[in-house]
Amino acid sequence: MEHLTKEEVQHVAHLARLAMTEEETEKYQKELNELIDLAKKLNEVDTEGVKPTSHVLHVQNVLREDKRRPSPDLDKALKNAPEHQDGQFKVPSVLE
Amino acid sequence: MKFDTVIGLEVHVELKTDTKLFCQCSTEFGAPPNTNTCPSCLAYPGRLPILNKEAIDYAMKACLALNCEIAEEMTFDRKNYFYPDNPKAYQITQLDKPIGQNGWIEIEVEGKKKKIGITRIHMEEDAGKLIHDEYGEYSLVDFNRAGTPLIEIVSEPDIESPAEAYAYLEKLKAILQYTEVSDCKMEQGSLRCDANLSLKPAGQKEFGTKTELKNLNSFANVQKGLEYEEKRQEKELLAGREILQETRRWDDAKKETILMRVKEGEEDYRYFPDPDLGTVVIDEAWIEQVKSEIPELPDERKRRYIEEYDLPAYDAGVITQSKDMSDFFQAAVDEGADPKQTSNWLMGEVNAYLNAHLLEMKDIALTPTALRKLIQLIEKGTISSKIAKKVFAELIEKGGDPEQIVKEKGLVQISDEGELKKIVDNVLENNTQSIEDYKNGKDKALGFLVGQVMKETKGKANPQLVNKLIKEGIETR
Amino acid sequence: MSILEESFSSIHKKLHNKELKVSDIVEASFARIQEVDDKIKAFVTVNEEAREHAKKLDEALDKNETRGLLFGLPVGLKDNLMTEGMKTTSGSRMLENFVPTYSAAVVHKLAKAEAVMMGKLNMDEFAMGSSNETSYFHPTYNPWNTDYVPGGSSGGSAAAVAAGEVSFALGTDTGGSIRQPAAYCGVVGMKPTYGRVSRDGLIAFASSLDQIGPITRTVEDNALVLGEIAGQCQRDPMTAAEPVPDYLSALTGDVKGLRIAVPKEFLGEGVADDVKASVKEALQLFEKLGASIEEVSLPHAEYAVSAYYVLASGEASASLARFDGVRYGYRANATNLQDLYDKTRSEGFGDEVKRRILFGTFALSTGYYDMYYKKAQQVRTLIKKDFDDLWESYDVIIGPTTPTTAFKVGEKVDDPMTMYANDILTIPVSLAGVPSMSVPCGFSNGLPIGLQIIAKPFAEDTIYRTAHAFEQETDYHKRTPEL
Repeated sequence: MEHLTKEEVQHVAHLARLAMTEEETEKYQKELNELIDLAKKLNEVDTEGVKPTSHVLHVQNVLREDKRRPSPDLDKALKNAPEHQDGQFKVPSVLE
Repeated sequence: MKFDTVIGLEVHVELKTDTKLFCQCSTEFGAPPNTNTCPSCLAYPGRLPILNKEAIDYAMKACLALNCEIAEEMTFDRKNYFYPDNPKAYQITQLDKPIGQNGWIEIEVEGKKKKIGITRIHMEEDAGKLIHDEYGEYSLVDFNRAGTPLIEIVSEPDIESPAEAYAYLEKLKAILQYTEVSDCKMEQGSLRCDANLSLKPAGQKEFGTKTELKNLNSFANVQKGLEYEEKRQEKELLAGREILQETRRWDDAKKETILMRVKEGEEDYRYFPDPDLGTVVIDEAWIEQVKSEIPELPDERKRRYIEEYDLPAYDAGVITQSKDMSDFFQAAVDEGADPKQTSNWLMGEVNAYLNAHLLEMKDIALTPTALRKLIQLIEKGTISSKIAKKVFAELIEKGGDPEQIVKEKGLVQISDEGELKKIVDNVLENNTQSIEDYKNGKDKALGFLVGQVMKETKGKANPQLVNKLIKEGIETR
Repeated sequence: MSILEESFSSIHKKLHNKELKVSDIVEASFARIQEVDDKIKAFVTVNEEAREHAKKLDEALDKNETRGLLFGLPVGLKDNLMTEGMKTTSGSRMLENFVPTYSAAVVHKLAKAEAVMMGKLNMDEFAMGSSNETSYFHPTYNPWNTDYVPGGSSGGSAAAVAAGEVSFALGTDTGGSIRQPAAYCGVVGMKPTYGRVSRDGLIAFASSLDQIGPITRTVEDNALVLGEIAGQCQRDPMTAAEPVPDYLSALTGDVKGLRIAVPKEFLGEGVADDVKASVKEALQLFEKLGASIEEVSLPHAEYAVSAYYVLASGEASASLARFDGVRYGYRANATNLQDLYDKTRSEGFGDEVKRRILFGTFALSTGYYDMYYKKAQQVRTLIKKDFDDLWESYDVIIGPTTPTTAFKVGEKVDDPMTMYANDILTIPVSLAGVPSMSVPCGFSNGLPIGLQIIAKPFAEDTIYRTAHAFEQETDYHKRTPEL
């Protein structure tokens, strides 16, 4: 594939919720394209029929019982909250 | 030009486990905000998901009741998106290997039976809840619900009318309630439905462009929203306009769907296998175990009621639509109540009361035993059906034992001929004009006289006997 | 010799004989931190409560109560391990003032073993880096020569142990982050098998690769610590049910008949001559001790760095998405939701982290997943198989830990691609999920060189046996930096 354009870099940045100045876009465009070149080296490997590994250790059926544990106090939940009100986390309005 | 309608439904159902899918916090509805949270469901760094076995059992039960094939191996994936109610900014869900696939349910619309396919059922975790201030400046997030186990049930494009959609939802809800995997309460959000609809020229194979409907907070609104959308799209198409891939919101006040946004391509959720969760292998023994726990489902029950109790198909259908009502019916009949009488009371008085007060079966004080006794009191002639209605009103409000109520309030029907005759004679003596009227062919006069006797006896007189005695009394005068 | 440079068994003997109190050791640790941390900057947070803890342990000692195996030993923790009530920053502005409400499973285990927590150690931001220069707070410097980096991302952990500030430290390793700094700082660093140590409370970088491990001055001490922190954990579903052997009993000093494989790729181009020479010398020593040496090949090792950057970045893009300014951590001034996210994350994360999040987001995005992410997962399968194929014929794989000795501060910071290539010898091991340890095997221009010993899954005991035998015959571990 071709290298990423500035617009594509901005699109990826938006997906990742990172704001970017014009200058940063150029910097990351260059760096991401270097990383893409690094990744392209994988194309030299024939992986036809090879199963992908998402877990290196094969564990299965690690399950727990449906038993309640008391939740920590509310002030613990809110302890690190940048902003809270009425026991809830406060954010700028999600309505547009 | 004629169009075919194609409807797809995505139903999210909260599973009734005690704890969340990946942590041990309570799933109880209505707790004060954020009191059912912990570092795990608040997505503090470092905490790992520990899978709740009961949630898998429940999901599997739903899958089996909905005729799905169960995955031999299932896995979990991360679905990435940012939103304040999504604490990890990814939702743990199932993409490639969901727990169930290729299911179906049977619906009946206007007497016609039809199978609706279920593409897949997958497990996932619920998000938190957002509330908004009235000036639109800020929102508040409560994570109590975050992490509650959900199943998402995706239908095949087999639903061809809004009425079928409604029937599908009713049936789905009934089955899920019977299996007791969920409360299925739309008002509490334990059942949620997104719908999509598209039209295509009649007979054409390829689907048209679909629009998605949100904010459908009742089955009736799903149907109304789809009906509106069906007409809107038809009008657009007939006017030669194109249908856009839109998300529209049902406005219940205006009774119309309102454009929320036009979709620009698919959302990019960047799914990938969750490295923190291993494979769940489901063997035959596990499936058999869950299967053995599935109770009789509504269709089976309906069939049995018709065959065993001679209930009319209509009655059996109404009674079995809700598990609570059907269980009530079953309990009363098992105690010896007459099935048809029981079904009459449930479909008539009980349903009317529930509808008038917006209540559910479990909210009322009436018990199956009480209803059974009430029915038997009528059968034995101890009380009249008119008195029975009075007793019923008390039973459904306050509960209690009908026999005792009847005794305490002295409601026992007067069937003693001698006692009644005295009262009848008294009434006839005081109403000579009515006797004349009756003799002159005014049948109404008889009703008046019966009414007078009832008034004297506070309604306790055996009406058949009163009729007989009055007629006899008139003849002898 | 400072008490902090003594082995655990020697310290425990002195405690037992009442020649020494825990408070003395802890005071010595505070004093050393006071003395040298301005120069190496290993600590982010010093735990003043360690004194209180020491006092309590001394009281227990007086009453002859039973003692944990790590009794009274001052430990430093990499700052991506959650400590309840104590700031845990992960080297990031994002968590500059973050005070966890729970402690990591390993922290509980150390507490149970009665180690004394001295504080939190500097690291590359969110464990992304090989030099400790990406820390938001300050770089850490190599105790052997402060013009040089200590390696990373567990640079603070390795430097603190090398400088004698603590008896031991915990680090975390995703692509080499325990082994590379251990090599650069001349200490012993173990990355256990994936699934050996609970990751509960480890701030995730790449969940399929992250492991916690001990950094110590000697092999024996290392074995002792791993024995205390290893094992299946209910809070980490990816921990193995495999029983934890008694690692100390593996320290027999005997490597006769040990079958050593040396991958030719590990001594190829790009590996510096001084490093090669030290490793070859070490191999000769093993031969002398009765081990057999054979050259082998890991044919897919050369693709490991590519696969690693795709997979680790992809996973990281999700692991780090939760840092959004809503529930905890840094939050930028914002009047709308889009800004809340964009500004918080742009201001809260540093350059290296952002670069990897962007690359990982890209690798998972529609249209590229199969080409990059899935492809890298397939290559990972092949790399793992390369290793699996060797275990039938060999007990351990040996090579250098890093291609060179430590580089200078600032030398590679603006050249990420060169920096990434530095992990070429540790990354294949991480992808295979097998255990691997770095032990000191020489010096060049006053900077340490590390020998990497790799074994099959859950054969940490074999690694300890091998490394211990080597250590008995050499004195690299006895040298201490002058500060």
